[in-house]
Amino acid sequence: MTTTVPATARKPATMAQALTRALHDAMAEDPAVHVMGEDVGALGGVFRVTDGLAEKFGDDRCSDTPLAEAGILGTAVGMAMYGLRPVVEMQFDAFAYPAFEQLVSHVAKMRNRTRGALPMPLTIRIPYGGGIGGVEHHSDSSEAYYLATPGLQVVTPATVEDAYGLLRAAIASDDPVVFLEPKRLYWSKADWSPEAPAQVAPLGRAAIRRRGADATLITYGPSLPVCMEAAEAARAEGWDLEVIDLRSLMPFDDETVCASVRRTGRAVVVHEAHGFGGPGGEIAARITERCFHHLEAPVLRVAGFDIPYPPPMLERHHLPGVDRILDTVARLQWESDWIDGRGE
Amino acid sequence: MTVLEQPGSSRNKGSLPGPAPAWRPRVDPAPLLPDAEPRRVLGTDAARRLDPALLTRLYEQLVRGRRYNTQATALTRQGRLAVYPSSTGQEACEVAAALVLEDQDWLFPSYRDTLAAVARGLDPVQALTLLRGDWHTGYDPRERRIAPLCTPLATQLPHAVGLAHAARLKGDDVVALAMVGDGGTSEGDFHEALNFAAVWQAPVVFLVQNNGFAISVPLAKQTAAPSLAHKAVGYGMPGRLVDGNDAAAMHEVLTEAVERARSGGGPTLVEAVTYRIEAHTNADDATRYRPASEVEEWRAHDPIALLERELASRDLLSDEFVAATRDGAEAMAADLRERMNQDPVLDPMDLFPHVYAEESGQLREQAAQLRAELAAEAAGSTEGRDEPAQEARP
Repeated sequence: MTTTVPATARKPATMAQALTRALHDAMAEDPAVHVMGEDVGALGGVFRVTDGLAEKFGDDRCSDTPLAEAGILGTAVGMAMYGLRPVVEMQFDAFAYPAFEQLVSHVAKMRNRTRGALPMPLTIRIPYGGGIGGVEHHSDSSEAYYLATPGLQVVTPATVEDAYGLLRAAIASDDPVVFLEPKRLYWSKADWSPEAPAQVAPLGRAAIRRRGADATLITYGPSLPVCMEAAEAARAEGWDLEVIDLRSLMPFDDETVCASVRRTGRAVVVHEAHGFGGPGGEIAARITERCFHHLEAPVLRVAGFDIPYPPPMLERHHLPGVDRILDTVARLQWESDWIDGRGE
Repeated sequence: MTVLEQPGSSRNKGSLPGPAPAWRPRVDPAPLLPDAEPRRVLGTDAARRLDPALLTRLYEQLVRGRRYNTQATALTRQGRLAVYPSSTGQEACEVAAALVLEDQDWLFPSYRDTLAAVARGLDPVQALTLLRGDWHTGYDPRERRIAPLCTPLATQLPHAVGLAHAARLKGDDVVALAMVGDGGTSEGDFHEALNFAAVWQAPVVFLVQNNGFAISVPLAKQTAAPSLAHKAVGYGMPGRLVDGNDAAAMHEVLTEAVERARSGGGPTLVEAVTYRIEAHTNADDATRYRPASEVEEWRAHDPIALLERELASRDLLSDEFVAATRDGAEAMAADLRERMNQDPVLDPMDLFPHVYAEESGQLREQAAQLRAELAAEAAGSTEGRDEPAQEARP
C-alpha cells in the first residue's frame, strides 16, 4: 500500500529522522509501545534516533535504563510477557553481545516453548556495520549470529523510506525482530514525506532497486548504495546488473531472489559481514538449490574478509567496494570471456 | 556555604584547589542490612501467635510437597521423567513462595521449583512436562501466572523485574516473586535484575534458596560475601535472612517482602538458608563432594519435623489430621503416578507452528518434508516393511 504524496510535500530527510518518526508514530498509535535503552532519554540516543521521544511521551515510555544489555533485554522480555511492545535500543553492534543469552534462550524461544501463549512482540534496534571511522567494537556486522537463531526475524533497511516502513512493520510484528540499522546510512538523505510516510510491504519482501538483464547483485543494508554504484559503473563494461535489496534476511524472500536469478542466470551476493559462515553462504546455497539449471556461473560472494573488524584507518580495504564487486562480476564466466580466451 | 572559585582562577598563582562537591550516601544502608542470624519462628514465642489455620495449611502443603518430590524421583527410576531436580528438604521455601502470592501475582520459578508451581495450583503433570520431555513448558503461563520453568540460571529474574515494572506502569496491583539458587547469584543476570529492580523500585521479591550447592560446588567457592542477603545492600534494597526449613518464618518473611512490594516499597532480596537433601538430580552423585554426616545434620532439621513439633505443642496434630493429610498426599501421588505412566500423545507436526506467528517459507517446506516422512513411515509400518524390532546381536 503506497500513499500518493504531492511532490511538494517531499523534502530531504535522513534515515535517522525517518527512524525517529517511525518510533514517534508507533508510540502515538499504541500506548503499549515502550522505548528503552542506554541514553535514549534526554540525550536522544548516541545517534539521536530517539530524539524528543522522552519529552513527548514521558520517561516511562522512553526510558534510560542502567547500562546493562542483558538486563535491558531481559526486562523487556518481562514487559512483553505483560502485554507491552518494547522497542529496545542496543547502543552499538558489539555492545549487544551481553544480551545474547536473553535473545537466544528467551526472546527467540518464548513463543515456541509456550505453544504461542507468550509471544514476544519485541523490536531490538541495533546500529551495525562499519564505514564510519569507528574505533574497535563499533563496526561489527553481527547479522549472522542472529540469523542462526530460529524464532528471530532479522531486518535491515537501506533507504530512508524503508527505515520508516520497516521499523513500523517490525514494531507491529507479534514476533521479535532484530532491527539492524546501517550506521553509515544514518545520515543518508532522500526526498521523503514525513507527513504521509509510505507504508511498505510486510516483513520478508525484498525490493528490486535496479532492473537489469545480465546478472543479479543481492545485497542489503549498508552495501546497497555500493551495489547501486557498482551497477552504474558496470554499464561501461557492458553489464546490465539487477540489484536486489533483501530488506529482510529472515524471513527470506526466496521468490524475488530466485525469479531474478532465473532471469539473469548469474548472481553475486554482497555484504560487509564475514564471508565464512556469513549470510552469503546461505543465500548462495538457496539459489543453487532452487535455480541450478538457470545458472550460467557459480554464485559468487563479495564479503568482508574473515578477520576481526579492522581499525578505522584500514577499514576501506575490508569493506566491499565498487572495484571488488566489478572484479567479482567479471568472474561470472561471461560468454565473451570464453570467446576472447580470457575465461578461466 | 562554600564559595566556588571562578573557572580558570586555579591558574592564578597561589590559589588552592576547591573542596570536593558535597557527598552523602544515597540511602541509609543500615535498614537494608540483614539480621545477624536467619529468622526463625517455629519453637519461638512468635509461633504461639500464629493462626492455627496457617500452620495446618503449611503442614498439608509440606507433606504433599514431600510426597510429590519422592514420587517424581521414583518416576525418573521408571523412565517416566528424563530428569528430576528434587526440592526434598526445601519444601518450606517452595510452599511459602506459592502461598504468599495473590491470584494476580506472578511466580518465576527455576527448574528446581516445580513444587512451588504445583503449590500455586498447577497440575503436577503439566509442571513435569518439561522434565518428561514431551514439550518445554507444559502449561499456559497466563492461566495461573506462572512463568515458564527456567533452566538457564537467573535469566528469569530480569523477566520478573520487567513484568512487575510493566504492571506498575499500567497501574495494576501485581507482585512478581522470582526464585533462584545460591549458584545463580553468581550469574550476571542476577546482578542486573536486582539493579534494575532497585532503580525502578519494581514490585519484585527475589527468593534465593541457598541449599549449599550448585551441583557440586559449595557456597564457599561461589561467593565471599558475608551472606547472599548482604548482596542486597549494594543495590539499595533490603536483604533478609531466613531459616529456609522453618515454614512459618519463610511465610512471614516472604509475606513482609510481598507486602512491601505491593505497597510501593520496592524490591527485597530474601536468602533462605536450607539444604539440598538429594543430589542435584537423579543423574548426579552427591557422595563425591559432601560427607553423609552433613546430610544427616540437615535431615535432623527437617521442615516437616519442625512444623510437626510446633503443631503438636499446640495440640494441632491429631491422628485424624495426620492421617487425612497423608491420605491426601498419597491420593495426589497415585494420580500423578497413574497419569505419568501413560505415554504422552505426541504430534511431530507440533514442531513447526509455534516458532513464528506466521510460518515462514522455509518452515512450510520443512513441515511438508516431515509430513511426507511421517506418511512414508506410517505406510511402511502398515505394509510390514518395518525393520525388525529386535536384531540378533553378536
